Amino acid sequence: MSLSAHISHEFESELATVRQKILAMGHQVDEVLEASGRALMGRDVALANGIILGDRETDSMELEIDHLCFEILARRQPVAGDLRLLTSALKLVVDLERIGDLGVSIAERVVELGKGPPLYTYDDLMRMLTTVREMVSESLAALFEHSPERASRVIDKDEVVDAYYTQVFNQLLSRMRENPDDITRATQIQAISKYIERIGDHATNIAERVIFVLTGDDIRHLPRLKRRDLS
Amino acid sequence: MNEPSVSTSTGTGSGTGPSTGNLGLDPGRQAAAVARQPNDAPGHDKAPAASGRAKLEIRDLCFYYGKYKALHNIDLDIQDRKVTAFIGPSGCGKSTLLRTLNRIYELYPGQHATGRIQFGARNLLDRADDVNLMRSKIGMVFQKPTPFPMSVQDNISFGVRLYEQLSRADMEERVHWALQKAALWNEVKDKLRQEGTALSGGQQQRLCIARAVAVKPEILLLDEPASALDPLSTQKIEELISELKTDYTIAVVTHNMQQAARVSDYTAFMYLGRVVEFGDTKKLFTHPAEKQTEAYITGRFG
Repeated sequence: MSLSAHISHEFESELATVRQKILAMGHQVDEVLEASGRALMGRDVALANGIILGDRETDSMELEIDHLCFEILARRQPVAGDLRLLTSALKLVVDLERIGDLGVSIAERVVELGKGPPLYTYDDLMRMLTTVREMVSESLAALFEHSPERASRVIDKDEVVDAYYTQVFNQLLSRMRENPDDITRATQIQAISKYIERIGDHATNIAERVIFVLTGDDIRHLPRLKRRDLS
Repeated sequence: MNEPSVSTSTGTGSGTGPSTGNLGLDPGRQAAAVARQPNDAPGHDKAPAASGRAKLEIRDLCFYYGKYKALHNIDLDIQDRKVTAFIGPSGCGKSTLLRTLNRIYELYPGQHATGRIQFGARNLLDRADDVNLMRSKIGMVFQKPTPFPMSVQDNISFGVRLYEQLSRADMEERVHWALQKAALWNEVKDKLRQEGTALSGGQQQRLCIARAVAVKPEILLLDEPASALDPLSTQKIEELISELKTDYTIAVVTHNMQQAARVSDYTAFMYLGRVVEFGDTKKLFTHPAEKQTEAYITGRFG
């Protein structure tokens, strides 16, 4: 006896569809983040405007997954691992959708920043963005590879992102003190770093959810040391 | 800027426990199951209720149909005034286990049990134990409603007369009480002299429960009590089970896993004559400890 497939092929394929759609939504969101980063680095206002207009796609994917899970819950009354997957999917898509929104928010700031001369090299922000993109894709990969260890490493990485954020914030703060004329633009950049830091938080939520799906352990709101004991 | 230094210790991982691919469970695997989840109850726990009190203590129970061993060394506590459900595929031994709890198997030749079922000071398997007295304490309801071919009222008083001599008024009072307990009074109060077999299936089953309750047992054994009933009658039986557990200890065998999830406090998953996992129903249906349990309840079995 293995845990591979349901007796019901239809149920099996419904669950597979949920997984695939989550992965597709993750790709979609990552594309938004990648494009936002490119728009930021290249001061590409046209690209940023395109990102702002394209937000609908993520939203419709969220609704689609939501409805699918809802219908499966009603028709199949899933239990155990299936139940954990579906209830977690319902929460996970909210985090993914917020991540997409934050990507759009970055693009909006890029449009604002495009109105003035460059202030900053953005290298730190790009490193930060690369880290959170990895966190998002790793958290979803952990789900597909059935690897709570991988999800656990995502959670650890959030500390890196937080540290980046503090560093960027302090740099911008001293810059603003030195040149009050830069305050408007520095605030925009600070907002971007906050968006990226928030993406890291959402990726952490996803990773926590994935650990719950895979192990049944709910590690939300636990101190970090205890989390490591569990996962 | 350098990457900020943050220690990133990695967890050791818990999602990939040892596979329980083979169908038998050996003690080593059980121990492994316990060891890999130190914060959870192990898969098979004799007494899952920290607070509860065991009404029946089943120890090293084996059961034989002739030479065929149908139950293998069962250790399990049935908690007082709780609902314990037994689930598992056909032939797993769940009905057999239920049938040992009131020795009803003795009606059939060649069937015997070894081990111990402790009920207070008595071992129910002790042949010296008075089986009739015991059955007044441990009532049973079967899959198909089995009203006697007599009036609703007599269906109930029949069993009571075997154990008690009541005045006419007291007997009427007992019939009323039992029918109320079984949530049937309002539907049959004007039909007490009608044939029990003329009631609907759901009503017949509640009549059988009333009949079992009427002799004031301590334990009720329900063998697929709702499997022959429509969804509304099933809901009534389930509602009744949750009401009865304030006064009675209930053990229920069901093929309907959702029913076990709905009505029971504890669930035992059985397979091939063994208890694979026993514990809190909420945990068993959200986060079972054993892969076999997960496979069965999610429909991946076989």
